[in-house]
Formats: sequence, C-alpha cells, structure tokens
Amino acid sequence: MRALDRKLLRDLRRLWAQCLAIALVLGCGVMVLVLATGVERSLRLTRDAYYDRARFAEVFATATRAPKELLPAIARIPDVALAEARVSMNVVIDLPGMEKPAQARVLSLPAAGAPLLNRPTVRLGRLPDPARADEVAVSENFAEANGLTPGKSFVAILNGQKRELRIAGLVLSPEFVYLIGPGALMPDDRHYGVIWMNEEPAAAVAGLTGAFNDLGLRLARGASEPAVIAALDRLLAPYGGTGAYGRDRQVSDTFLRGELDQLGAMAVILPPIFLIVSAFLVNMVLSRLILLERPVIGLLKAMGFTGREIAAHYLKLSIGMGIGGVLLGWVMGWWLGAQMTQLYTEFYRFPYLIYAPGTASFAISGLMGLGAVILGAFRAVRSSARLRPAVAMLPPTPPLYRRGWIDAAAEGLRLRQTTMMILRSITRWPGRAAVTVLGVAAAIAVLVACFFTFDSIAAVVDEAFTRTNRQQVTLHLARDVPAAVKDAAAHLPGVIRVEGAFGLPVRLTSGWRSALTQVEARDSGDVLVRVLDESGHAAAMPPEGLVLPESLATKLGVAPGDSVTMSLLAPPRESFEVPVSRVMRQSLGEMAYVSAPALFRLMRQAPQVNRLNLLVDTAELPSLYAAAKAAPAVDGVLLWTDIRSQFDATINENLTRTVVVYAILGVLITVGVIYNAARIQLSERSYELASLRVLGFTRVEVGYVLVGELMLLTLFAIPPGFLGGYGFSALISAGFSTDVIRIPLVISRRTYAIAGLIAFVAAFVAALLVRRRLDRVNLATALKQRE
Amino acid sequence: MSNRVAFRVEGLTKTYTTGAISVQALRGIDLQLYEGELVVLLGPSGSGKSTLLNILGALDGPSTGHVFFREHELTGMNDAALTAFRREHVGFVFQFYNLVPSLTARENVALVTEISKRPMQPEEALERVGLGTRLNHFPAELSGGEQQRVAIARAIAKRPEVLLCDEPTGALDSATGVTVLEALYEANRDLGTITALITHNVAIRRMAHRIIRLADGQVVAVEENADRMQPSGIEW
Repeated sequence: MRALDRKLLRDLRRLWAQCLAIALVLGCGVMVLVLATGVERSLRLTRDAYYDRARFAEVFATATRAPKELLPAIARIPDVALAEARVSMNVVIDLPGMEKPAQARVLSLPAAGAPLLNRPTVRLGRLPDPARADEVAVSENFAEANGLTPGKSFVAILNGQKRELRIAGLVLSPEFVYLIGPGALMPDDRHYGVIWMNEEPAAAVAGLTGAFNDLGLRLARGASEPAVIAALDRLLAPYGGTGAYGRDRQVSDTFLRGELDQLGAMAVILPPIFLIVSAFLVNMVLSRLILLERPVIGLLKAMGFTGREIAAHYLKLSIGMGIGGVLLGWVMGWWLGAQMTQLYTEFYRFPYLIYAPGTASFAISGLMGLGAVILGAFRAVRSSARLRPAVAMLPPTPPLYRRGWIDAAAEGLRLRQTTMMILRSITRWPGRAAVTVLGVAAAIAVLVACFFTFDSIAAVVDEAFTRTNRQQVTLHLARDVPAAVKDAAAHLPGVIRVEGAFGLPVRLTSGWRSALTQVEARDSGDVLVRVLDESGHAAAMPPEGLVLPESLATKLGVAPGDSVTMSLLAPPRESFEVPVSRVMRQSLGEMAYVSAPALFRLMRQAPQVNRLNLLVDTAELPSLYAAAKAAPAVDGVLLWTDIRSQFDATINENLTRTVVVYAILGVLITVGVIYNAARIQLSERSYELASLRVLGFTRVEVGYVLVGELMLLTLFAIPPGFLGGYGFSALISAGFSTDVIRIPLVISRRTYAIAGLIAFVAAFVAALLVRRRLDRVNLATALKQRE
Repeated sequence: MSNRVAFRVEGLTKTYTTGAISVQALRGIDLQLYEGELVVLLGPSGSGKSTLLNILGALDGPSTGHVFFREHELTGMNDAALTAFRREHVGFVFQFYNLVPSLTARENVALVTEISKRPMQPEEALERVGLGTRLNHFPAELSGGEQQRVAIARAIAKRPEVLLCDEPTGALDSATGVTVLEALYEANRDLGTITALITHNVAIRRMAHRIIRLADGQVVAVEENADRMQPSGIEW
C-alpha cells in the first residue's frame, strides 16, 4: 500500500466520529431510496405476477339483469380476448355472537368449476363442490377475522331467506387484494367479506337464473380499452348497465395503485434532502481538514506531488466517508424494505410475496450517495490542489476581525465578552454558519413534514367524521325505494332521526374530459350528512346544479358557473346538461352531490332513496341490528363509530411507525450537522478555549462559548426550517394524494413547536457530547501548541 | 517584598508518561515564594521551569508532593476549586500571548474583569501598559509587543495576588521586550503582585528580587539580587 493511502486510512480512523455522523445522514437518504423503490418494485412485481396468474380482468361492468345469450356478442367485441359473466349480490351474514350484522358480496362460480377470470387462489380446503348447493368458499381475511375454517357453517340472509352455508375453502382473489366494503373507509375484515357460491343456487337466490349482472373481460394485447368499454356499454345499456370501467376504477386496484404511487413519491421527495445535507457535511469536514492539513499539503507539493494527485487523495478521503454511508443505507434499506413489504400484506392480501428490491435502486442510490459526497468535497479539494507549497507550509494567517454595525449594537446591549466571541465567530464565518443553519433547517423541515401527517389526518378525520358524516348508522338498501320508506325507518328501534340518500352511477363530461363517479341526491334540510364549502364549513345544498369536490372539478376542468353533461348510468339512462353550482372540500372519496328535488325533477320520477342515514339511541343498537338483519330490504349496516375506530387504529399503527422512522431521521440530521460543526469549532478554537480555562473560566462558562454558538445557530435555523417544512409538506400533500384520499395541507402550531423542540434538544445533546471533550483538554499542553 | 511566605512547595515531583516512555520533569522540589516578590526562574530547556509554573498556577497537578498557597493546599483540590483559585488569585502571561482573536484589546481585558470580584476598569489596565489609545484594536491589528502588553493588562486587571509569566518576551525583540518587562515591573511594584517569570534570557534576572535556577528537574541555586534594576536599564 502506498504511504499516501495508508495516511488516508489513518485519517478515516482518526475522524471516525465525524465520518459516522456523515454516514448516518447519507445512509438515511440512501436507505429511503432503497426502501421506497424496493418496496414499490416488490409490490408491483407481486401484483403483476399475481394479476397475470390469476387472470385478473381488465374491464369490469355491472348490469341489472342481462341474458346469458348476450355473452357471445360481448365476446365478439373487437379486441376482447375473454369474457366471463357471473352473478353478484350483497348479503347480510349473521354470525353467532356478533351483534352488528356482517356484510358480504356473493359471487357465483361457473358450473364448470373454477372461473376463467379473477381466479380465486385456494389457501385452505377447496372450491365448493358444484354438486352441493350449500357449499361456499370465503375470502381468507374474513374467515381469519371470524375464526371460520373449512367444514364450519354460518348463516347468511340471502334475499330475505336465512340459509346455512358450509365452508369448503378459504380463498384470495386478485379482485380483492384490498378488500373494503361499500361506503367503508377502511378494510373491516370482521364485518365484510366475499363469498364464492355455485352459480345455480346464487342465480336462483338473486332471481337471475339464465342471466347475469356482473361481467369481466380480458383484452387482446394492444387493445383500446375505451373502444371496448364504449362497445360494451352499448350492448349492456338495455339491461341496466351502469357503465363499464377499467382497472383504473376497480376499487382494490385503485387503492393498490395509490399506495404504489405514494411509495414512488417518497423515493423522489425524501432522498434528495438527505443527500444535500450530507454534501454540506462533507464540505464542512473536508474544508476544515484541509485547513489543518496545510503543512502536509505543502510538504507533499514540495516533494513533487502534483495538485491532481493531492486532489485525488482528498477526494478518496471523501469517498471513504461516503462508502460507509452508502453501505449502511443499503443494509438498512434492504432490511427495512423486507419488513415493510411484509407489513403491506396486512392490508394487501397476496397469496405470495416477491421481495425483489432490484439492483437499480442500489446502483442509483449508491451513485447518488457518492455523488453527494464528491460534490460536497469539490470546493475543499480544489482549494487543496491550488495551494502553493510555500504558502501551504506557513501556518494560516490568523483570522482578521473587524468591527461592524453588529459590534455597536452588541456594545449597546452590554453583552458579555463570551457572548461577543459567539457573535463575532458567526459574523466572521457567515458561510460556515449558513451551512450549519441550513443543515439544521433541513432537519426541522423533515420533522415538520413528518408530524404534519398527523395534522393532515386529523383534518381528514374531522372532515369525514365530525363535519360531513354526523349520522351514527347508515343502512344500505338492496334496491331503490320510494322516499316514503323514511317514515317506516323512523319506527325502527332506537331511531331518532332519518335522512334518505339516493346514489346512482353517472358519467360527467365536460368537453373531451369525462369522469365516472357517483352522484348523490340530498335533501336541502339534511343535517346528518352535510356538504362542506371550500374552507370546510357546512354549506347549504344549492337548489339547482351539481356540487363537485375540488379534485373532480379539477379533473373535469370546470368551475362554478360552468356546466357539465351528466349521463345517468342507471334507469332512466338519460343525459342532462347540468350547471356546476359549487365546488366543495372532500378528502375521502370523490362523489358529486345534487339536490334531491332537482334530480328527481330531471329524472321525472317520484323521490327515491337507496340509503338511510340514522341518528339513533345507541342503547337500542342491538334491537336495531336485529331488525336490520330481519329486513330483506336492508343489505348492509354501517356503524360510523366502528368506521372511526378502525380508521383511528389503522392510521395510528401505520402512521406512528412511519413517523417514528422519520423523526429518527430528523434527529440524525440535526445530530450529524451539529456534531460536525461542534467538532470543527473545538479543533479550531481549542487553543482559545483552553486560554479561557487558564484565565479562570469554569467548564460551564467555556462550554457556553462552544454550545452557545451552536444553539444560537439552531435558533436561527428554526424560521427557515418551518418554511422548508411547509414547502416539504406541500410536496407531500401533492405527491401523496391519490384518487382515494387527498392529503390536506394543514399544519398545526403544535407540529411546528414539536419539530423545533426536537431539533433544539437534539442539537443541544450533540453539542454537549462535544463539549465533554473540552474537559479532557490538557491545559498546560494546549497552550504550548500553536495551530 | 515581605518575609511572609505565599507559596510553599514541598517534595514536588512530576512524571509525564507517554506510552512506554516516562519523563521525570520535576525531581523533588522544595521552594518558598514570598508575598510581593518578583522572582525569575532560569534554566535550560527541559529543566522543569514551565512544569513548576503550571503547577503553581493550578494548570497541572504534581505526581507527588504538596503545594500550599498561604494556608490552602492546592494539591488535593478538585477541578472546581482549582478553577476558582485561578479565577480569584492568578494572572497568566504566555509567550504567545493567548489573546482571543475575535475580541478587541479592551474586550480581551473585559473578558477577565467580568468574572473578577474587584477588578480595575479594562481601560485603566490598558493605560497601565501604555495601550490607552489602542483599545478597540483586534489582536491581528496589534504588533507582538502590543499583544503581549494586552495580555499583561488582562492578567493584572483583576488585581491578582500572583502573576505567572512563561517567557513573556520570548517572541519579542529587545526594545519591545523592555516595554513588556516595564509593565510587569510596575504591576509588581504598584499592586504588590507576587510575580514569577520564566526566561531563557539571563539579563532579565537583574530586575528580580530573587533568582531561582533549575536544572534537570531540581532547584540548583537560589540567589538574592542585591542591586535590582529597572527594566529600562536592561539590554540584550
């Protein structure tokens, strides 16, 4: 090994603590990149492999009742590779010991056995025997949550008839990777499941013998999905088709895609912050090192080393610092990625998991990590190469201070001399102070953005559960019924107030833009479920026109005053030109609203409802559940306190984990920056600080000069940190919002306070860690050496 | 100068150990310094002058032996007590001045007056060393002699009972060195400060009350100086 390289290794060993601080920050950036892209890639590979093997349909459609004879015509639509029809219905399940009725979606299995599309994967047991009418397969999550195993039976209320069903097997399906009930905000495995039943009994119960109401298609390679959908809509229209759609509107796939998008956003937004801070740190450490190494550089040059060789030497040193961080990030990213991918299976049910973070994320993060340190080292290395040997061998000229306005101000304040030392050090090296401030500001920004998610979710919860949905129970009705049913519902046990709602699928079109959604008719006097204005306050339902959520209005490119074409995808299947009267705030879901009288006037129908929102006496809930189970008209019951508690539980578990990780990252940045700054201060000023000790200053007083300066810089970092945190949160709000949930940009004062406090405490601890070294300085020898 | 003993040193040894090598810097020193006297410590490099001065000034502790300042034993005091001792009783002047570069002359002196019980004004201290007109200059704007005089002003501003000077003129030319010595001489005369001065320069012994010669970690001679001279009369 060359002597110069041996020096390199010894330098790295000597600077181990500072190298570690850099490695930790750099490692965080590398880790986040490897983690996010690794998890995203693994989930995507798993999804694609699963979709492919289980032949997940590409186009979906429902109808009221279409004859089976229509199927060959559908299969003949150009580019349709495979079409499969089935019967689908919602049922209530009565499990022993469960008060609140569970809901399930029943899907028929073809008489021939396993379906060709959306093939269920048997996890335990087998698919139902086509010869046995009472055998069913049940979605694995529902079965696990309720202790159901093959061989056990349960009671389902099929179209008003109680029927005992026997479980043949537990299955997973590509259609229900993310299984969520209609109207629910979160998966509820205990109360919502999917049941696969033989076609004959299913069709008989649904009154669909010889017919179907649910359809899946696979397309030929390179097919035009919109063309197929248009053709299919034409064929299904006479049979109550509600508008075919692609995977982009399939519920499970939409959630999964949203998750993958978020992971992708995380890989783009977060790592640069860590990489930039690491570059700053490397710059700080290397600049100072080169300053201290001036005599060595002079000597090397005097011996005949070229500037290029010397630059290469210090560049290698910075790469040495970077390699540790990259390796650390790789290992942590790989390990955390595996953990996190595993965690996803709690919510996204795949029969198998492919964990393949891919070499690309390692290569890219490695290059970016090393790139960051090289960039950080650039300025310092260049100055080392440019030093003239004669100059380099002289000690650096002592810093020249000058008096400025700040001194006049400080004198007016009668500050202590130790405080003056702090102020002058900052004003003498504003660049260095700025690096420290920027580093800590970046950490504060990460912390603000990390706690911002709590504020944002709290705002979503407040909006969804306090301002919008104030009903306690929602009854889903099996079909549309006259609004007079409200009077009957008012007599159900414990019901205090009833409000009806009517939802139907529509296509909204404005120019070339269109969106499939649900429009919901509301009475203007409704108080349980409300519409919010853009600032989140309850707003009156306008008598005419549509109320659109912001995201939908943006998608359609419309504003209040514009008009859109609303095509009803259920009878009477007409299209109307409707004005947009208001744009509202809605974080969860994407639904349009219209006043009930206006809608029914357009439809030329008497008012109808297909959902009932109830205010109830909670003591009477068991009787209400019993009544709901017995009523054939009700095919689902939603209890909002349940939804709320599931939402809270899921969010708390997930968010807390994520926030802890990012809070650690924020703390690591702060510690990395302050520790390095403190070490540099200490080595540059040890002589001065030792002099103070000699003059009789106590350890605390001398420590004040060191720690005080860093804490002052930390204080300076707070305003830009908050500003950066706001910007960072805005990026997250935009990058992480999906079709399913929009992340509102709401940051509470508490979040700012916590972020500032954590950074301040972390900085203080890091500075104290270095201050302890002051105690070890030998006063007698410290005064002998001149740096 | 009086006959009252201020410092009493008994059986002082100091051994420095670095790795496998130990160096005995002091080999059993017994010594007394009197109130108000100015002593010059002479001796070749490595004779233990600085080590002795550091121990007297509570910058370092001995390996064995005892040091008493008046009725207090310094050896055995903890760090806080030693810091308090330096703060209240001792002023230091070093070869390389040890000024804080970010503070002006006045501020460097104020640094000490702010933590002292009965200091003089920084301006007064600087006036005494002849720097009344250079109050607002930073160290980098002062000559070596001026910097050293600021260091002396800083040392005397708290009216210390002890002034310890390690080669205060070592980095200065003769003419500048004399102005520095004058400042020390006057501080001793006017304030009664016990002053111990290390030097390689034998000429300086002529301003001392007593001369203590060290060699090889031991006191080899203690001489009384019968005909003291003012620094202005000294040349080298």
